[in-house]
Order: sequence, then C-alpha cells, then structure tokens
Amino acid sequence: MTPMSEPRTLFDKVWDQHAVLTREDGQALLWIDRHFVHEGSHHAFAKLGSRNAPVARPDLTFGVADHYVPTRRLSGVADEGIRRMVEQLHENTFTHGVHLFGLDDPRQGIVHVVGPEQGLTLPGLTVVCGDSHTSTHGAFGAIAFGIGASDVAHVLMTQTLWQRRPKRMRVRVEGVLPVGIGAKDVALSIIARVGADGAQGHALEYAGSAIRALSMEGRLTLCNLSIESGARCGMVAPDETTFAYLRGRPYAPQGDAFTRAVEAWGALPSDPDAAFDREVVLDAAEIAPVVTWGISPEDALPITLTVPDPERAPDPGRAAHIREAIAYMGLSPGQPLSDVAIDRVFIGSCTNARIEDLRAAAAVLAGRKARVPGLVSPGSSLVKRQAEEEGLDRIFKEAGLEWVDSGCSMCVGMNGDLVPPGERCASTTNRNFKGRQGPGARTHLMSPAMVAAAAVTGRLTDVRPMVEGRTP
Amino acid sequence: MTPFRQLTARACALPLSSIDTDQLIPARFMKRSRAEGYGGYLLHDLRFDESGAPRPDFPLNDPACAGAGVLVARRNFGAGSSREAAVYALVDYGIRCVIAPSFGDIFASNGVNNGLLPARVSETDGEALIAAIQAGTRELSVDLEAGTVTAGDLTVAFTIDPVWRTKLLNGWDDIDLTLSHDDAIASFAEADAQRRPWATPHTSAS
Ligand code: SF4
Repeated sequence: MTPMSEPRTLFDKVWDQHAVLTREDGQALLWIDRHFVHEGSHHAFAKLGSRNAPVARPDLTFGVADHYVPTRRLSGVADEGIRRMVEQLHENTFTHGVHLFGLDDPRQGIVHVVGPEQGLTLPGLTVVCGDSHTSTHGAFGAIAFGIGASDVAHVLMTQTLWQRRPKRMRVRVEGVLPVGIGAKDVALSIIARVGADGAQGHALEYAGSAIRALSMEGRLTLCNLSIESGARCGMVAPDETTFAYLRGRPYAPQGDAFTRAVEAWGALPSDPDAAFDREVVLDAAEIAPVVTWGISPEDALPITLTVPDPERAPDPGRAAHIREAIAYMGLSPGQPLSDVAIDRVFIGSCTNARIEDLRAAAAVLAGRKARVPGLVSPGSSLVKRQAEEEGLDRIFKEAGLEWVDSGCSMCVGMNGDLVPPGERCASTTNRNFKGRQGPGARTHLMSPAMVAAAAVTGRLTDVRPMVEGRTP
Repeated sequence: MTPFRQLTARACALPLSSIDTDQLIPARFMKRSRAEGYGGYLLHDLRFDESGAPRPDFPLNDPACAGAGVLVARRNFGAGSSREAAVYALVDYGIRCVIAPSFGDIFASNGVNNGLLPARVSETDGEALIAAIQAGTRELSVDLEAGTVTAGDLTVAFTIDPVWRTKLLNGWDDIDLTLSHDDAIASFAEADAQRRPWATPHTSAS
C-alpha cells in the first residue's frame, strides 16, 4: 500500500479506503459500496441459487431494468424470450430483497443514467455492475468498473471483490473546447490517440482545464468511454460542479450530512505531486467533431478527413485491420467522410442520452427536417419527462424522428430495436463493433449534435456551420 | 474448477485484431441459461452466413481446426462488454487457452474465473505462431508453469498476471477463499460505516 505520507492520486485515495485486506501477492479484497444489477445478471443469480446463498447486502444492491425493456411501452414486449428477461430480473430482485427500478417505475432508465440521477453514485465510492460501461460512474470521483457474472455473484455473496491495483494514467485536456465540440469528441479523440487497448491495466484520471469546465453530463460521457480505450476505469476529481449536481438527489446525503460529505469529498482530488505511470496531453483547441469509420472505437477521425488507406498504414497488422473494417463498413480508401450517406440515426444509450445531449441534438434539429428515419430514446424516464417539459420531444417529432421510451434500445439491440443488415446508422452510442446494433449493421459513432446534423443532411456532416448562432 | 497446468491441443489461428465480445457471442444469444450451452454460438456471425450455413473461408470452419482447444489471435482479443457469455462460448466450444498480444481486461478476468488461460505474447511471437499454424502445425503445447507455448520447433514465452497464474494452476474459486475472510470483512464494514457515514444510501428515498 502507498504510505500515507506520500502524495497520492484520487484513485489511490479511494482504493486505500476500500481495501479490506491486501495479500502479499498484491491482490486486495475491496469493499464495494454500490452494486447495480440488470436483466443480464441472471447468470450470477443462478450461481447464487446453486449455492443457496443470500445477497449479503441488499441495501447496497440496486436493480435496474434497461437492457431488454421495450422502448414502445404501450405496445408491450413482443417477444416471449425478451419479456422473460425482464420478469426474471423482477423475480430475482424481489426474492433477494433488492430494490428494483423496474419497467413501471417512473425513475426507470439505463443503469448508468439512473445511478447518478438518483444520487446513488457519489464521490469516493466503489461502484460495480455486470456491464463494462460502469466506468461512467467515475465522473463523480468514484472507482467504478464492469465485471463478469462470476464476479457479480461474488459481490452479491460477499459485497467484496479481489482486485490488483492497476497503474495510473492521467489524460489532461487543456484549453477551451471550440463551439460545437462536446465530451464525445474529446473521448473519441483520446481513444484514437491511445488506441482501443492503449490504456489496458490502467486507471484513468481525466484532468486539465477543459475537463474542469465540463458539466456532469459531459464528464459522464467521457468516463463512460474509458473502457473503449481498454482502461479499467476512468475518473474525474469531484469539485463544485459535482457537489452542485448531487445536492438534493434522493439517495445522496441530505442536509448537514451532505455538508459533512462535501468536506470528506473535498479531500479526494489527487495531491499536487502525485505520480502517474503515464500521461497524455491533448490541446482542447485542436479537437474537431469526430466520427468513427471502422469497427473499433479507435477507428475515429475528424469529419473533415477521409477514410484511411490500408496501403499507407504504419504496419501490416494495422493495414489488415483497415482492410477488414472498410470492407465491413462498405467504404473505400480516400473517400471523404462527409460524403458517406447514412440510412438512419439513433440518439440514445448510457453514453449520450442525458438531458444535455438531447438539448444539443434538438438545437441542431429545431426547424429542420431529418432526411432519414431515426429513433430518440432518452437515457431515463425522468430525462424523458424533463425533455417533454422543455418541448424537445416536439422538435424531434417535427423533424420526423421517433420519440420513444427509455432503455438500452438500439445501442445493443437486445430488446429488438435493431439496425437492419447492411444499413448505416449514425449513432450516439459507444461501440461500432461488427453486428453490435444488429447482424450486418454498420455503426458510425459521434456526438448527439453530429448525429442530428447527419439526420438533416442524410450523410456524415460537420455540425459546426449548422450551430452558428444556435445555443443548446 | 479444473486446474490448468499443461495443455496440448489442436490449434486454430484467427488472424484478426479486436475480436470483441459482441463477435464472440452476439447479444441475441445471451438469454439462455448456462446449462443450455453456449458453444454453438461462438463467433456465430463470423462462422455462419445469414442463412445459417457455415462460411467456408472462416478458419474455425476449416476441418483442420475441428476440435480446436487453443486459439491464436491478434491484438485486443475480447475487447468490449463484460458479458461472461463470451467466455462460456469459448469454453463450451472446447477452447481452454487463447493466445494474443493483448486482451480486454474484463474478458481476461472472466476467462480466469472459468479456467480459460489468456496467454499474452509479443506481436512478433504471435505472428510467428499464426504463421506456424498456417504452414501446417496442427498442435500447440501450452505450459503454464513454464510460461511457454510450443508449436513444432518454435517455443515462445507468454506472460500472465502472477495472481491469475496461481489461480489457474490450482483451479481456485474466489468465493471460498473470500468466505474464509468473513470476520475481516465484517469488522471492516463496521469501522467503515463510522468512517464514511455518507457512503450509505439515503434511505427515505425509496
Ligand atoms: S446503453 Fe448500451 S452500453 Fe449502455 S448499458 Fe445499455 S447496452 Fe450497455
């Protein structure tokens, strides 16, 4: 363990507070403060059942129905197998006394939107969930990461997890982000720079003036995508923005308890001389609107550039990857990215479906028509309600897009919201893997504003000229 | 779990980078229980075309790869989601070891929890193994104690986190180990509740 006198990083401070014990080989048994489960957690509950074990701390465990929920609630769940997934979560949480934000709960939404929104996610916590985008919760200065079913079962049974301390890497983004550039552009630029496996074995801390200036929504988007650079988790130090967001949230400390919590949280940011194993620095002013062209989030480029040419790749491995990617995506080397025509758009997911994201997309779409069909699925039912109060739903509908209920939806297609084979989708989600949005689907990742711009023109488009004089 | 010490098995080369978990097991197959088996869905959309017919050019469909127990792939194997079903698909298919220059963290950890060895080799050694298999070497021998992979005349070293190595060698399951620390966990929880009273969810919320 790091001696207390040495300067420590945010990550180390939170880690040290959670180590129940540390073995000689470096493995630490970590205490887990929050554990979220969803429909996909059925394997873990089955393991629990096979041992006849109870959930150790149901009070720290929360269920959220999101991966398989229908986004057109009134017409119900069509498919029997899909409906069964939602029911199974209901049964499992009910049996074990775990609170569920279920299908009928007005607070239902995507787990990584609901946790923060309800004040369940706080600075200095450890947060786990059987979902890799659990890194999202690091936006509050929590250690948050995704785990598989065996580990989910382990946390359910013991409220702890064996982990080895990862290395620390700091990503600093300095300066002011240009107009029309959002957290998604920052995140994709980082991934393109370090590579999809570049941060493996590291805990990321995002720092620098451009990060400090981000809203909580922006920080959530950024930390969400930490996993796409291979990092174990990503964090932003808690500050006034964090505290202001949390004040009054239902599950956050209230009144005097909140004041005392803020005092404790104020001590969490990395000490000025804390050492990082690696550092990457980006200039905010140089970040342009980014789109992905390939089948890995690292295949990202500014919209002003062209599809890469495998002949010019730095090594044979990269050349092979580019060839495979552009063949799947139906693109040709040297083709301008802004010439790529799309078939549909999707605005949703735990990456980019919070209120600010919807506002940014609506600012582009207001008074304009979409040339392609598309789906807008808010990150939570509360986000949906707020957006409707602000009249954003009307803007989307008048533009010709479908305004639906909240869930994972077309991010992963488990509920049946799929991109048809061969179709090209401009999407605010997090993974452009082959078949992610459906068999044969082609996904281009980008910010909500960029998806809105693509909807209007029917092709990948630089949003910047379209937002001049408009504020989200 | 069965301990992993040595393995000599039919090898299959998948010369692709970033074989992510969505490819290892497409989301639509994840509703089933483990007892129903996941092996038939391993790399489903790469192995089969839209009509369900095997794609003849996909390495795993090559008769020479039938019954493979080891895969050799390029970098970033198992990137993506935390779905342990990706590991179930490999293990149920009969794969006990994947060799690649880098792995998705969560995938590798899930692998070890299920007795699957994620063996990390340098890019150069990985390419050499792929070349050896493509040139007709059918079997690979993996020695976890020695940390080596042998393909015919070629022997290369691999790395794995020492903690994972011990766990695989002994076939340990974390839960039993953890339950033996019950008292330490209970006293930690009690002291922690005093130290960090704010960490408890505010309860009048629900
Ligand atoms: S929205 Fe997508 S990435 Fe987020 S939790 Fe759901 S499936 Fe996972």
